[in-house]
Amino acid sequence: MEQQTGTLRVKRTFPEMLKGGVIMDVVNAEQARIAEESGASAVMALERVPADIRRDGGVARMSDPELIIQIKEAVTIPVMAKCRIGHFVEAEILQALGVDCIDESEVLTPADEAFHVNKHTFDVPFVCGARDLGEALRRIGEGAAMIRSKGEAGTGNIVEAVRHLRTITDGIRKLTIVPEEELMTEAKNLGAPYELVREVRALKRLPVVLFCAGGVATPADAALVMRLGSDGVFVGSGIFKSADPLRRAKAIVKATTHFEDPAILAEVSRGLGEPMRGIELGAIPERELMAARGW
Amino acid sequence: MARIGVLALQGDFREHIHTLRALGAVAHPVRLPRELDGVDGLIIPGGESTVMGKLMVEYGLDQPVRDLIAVGTPTWGTCAGLILLSRATDNALAGQPLLAALDVRTRRNAFGPQRASFEADLPVPALGDPPFHAVFIRGPAVLSVGADVEVLARLENLRHTSESNESTGQGTIVAVRQGHLLGTAFHPEVTGDPRFHEYFLGMVRGARAEQQM
Repeated sequence: MEQQTGTLRVKRTFPEMLKGGVIMDVVNAEQARIAEESGASAVMALERVPADIRRDGGVARMSDPELIIQIKEAVTIPVMAKCRIGHFVEAEILQALGVDCIDESEVLTPADEAFHVNKHTFDVPFVCGARDLGEALRRIGEGAAMIRSKGEAGTGNIVEAVRHLRTITDGIRKLTIVPEEELMTEAKNLGAPYELVREVRALKRLPVVLFCAGGVATPADAALVMRLGSDGVFVGSGIFKSADPLRRAKAIVKATTHFEDPAILAEVSRGLGEPMRGIELGAIPERELMAARGW
Repeated sequence: MARIGVLALQGDFREHIHTLRALGAVAHPVRLPRELDGVDGLIIPGGESTVMGKLMVEYGLDQPVRDLIAVGTPTWGTCAGLILLSRATDNALAGQPLLAALDVRTRRNAFGPQRASFEADLPVPALGDPPFHAVFIRGPAVLSVGADVEVLARLENLRHTSESNESTGQGTIVAVRQGHLLGTAFHPEVTGDPRFHEYFLGMVRGARAEQQM
């Protein structure tokens, strides 16, 4: 009986088990324990939460392996970690550390402005950000096992997350209705592999799990993106930049499960204390937008 | 027609519902206790057992599910669901195991991190030929079983995960049945092979026939 590890199916099935759940950004073991206690489906280790990266500037890199090891020891749920776009050596280090999934993330400072990591050569699954269907399919073509809409991390503003999620799902919907002979032109216009375009048309969804990220700050935000067709939610700064992280985290977990039940959403949203302050998108200079990183 | 509730707090419940509906069963997601009314069978899907456990307690589903199991309602746990059904888990968090119905001891995440997750052709005599293509994702293993538990499948050779299995040399137990309870450490809902779901629906039909006698 041969046991095959690191296959495309094994990598793509891992995110299936995270669906309907919340993946929370954490920078140390203490935050990871709070995230697990609140009901996180996984934690995402990174050096600084996006709001702090945005505030402090400088180069944002993969976390210190020591912190990742401490986080792994602190929790039983899956541990993900971020590497810089194109930084395949950071990715190899994260795989060697035994993280369960790698996020090749625009939240960190890109290491390569032309090429993303070839994710097919790894045994560990990757999640990548996308603003539209073409970008999602290019990442899947490179081996990503999970896609998250990018949003604009560290803003506490859901508007970009909604734009990107809607752009991806609109793109999928369009592929299901165009005539067969238009698919190659669609692939050309999307800048996406033809075979994946055909696959999306047949499945009427991406061939991998689609989560939403970048700007979720409240239970209502989480429920909104679930209603818009997301399979689950990433929350970055929104939890640990709020007044009462544990309480807010628990509320966002419940809202992600009961996203179609306004009575429950009203109940879990009560008295959570101050959310993160948030930033209006127009106030961010264009060169500081994280979502524009990667192609 | 059998009505199956699929616990839908978190995880891959949608795949179970699709597979059941393709087999002609009526299946619906269960997030609140009232959605358990009138179910002939219950499935607890793959996902994170800690998350499902917390939300079951929070929304008052744990006792109604225990009551359903106690009156003989066929119940199947896949992966995280198997952990929640187990009588004992050797690396449980506080509050687990939650349902403590199936007389087995399991170990969460028995094979290591995701990198060690795997797929394999698994012989399952109860399903006949060919072997069942099983996908294990950070899966649990069954370390020991009670006298009433039937072992449906074992992983041969490689990666022994428990002392007891190592000593018998028979391979790790990954599928079990105890009367109306079914547990699989892997994910039959993701491979498109409906035989485990057919097997479970057979258990549901059997239980309904018994009730009518």
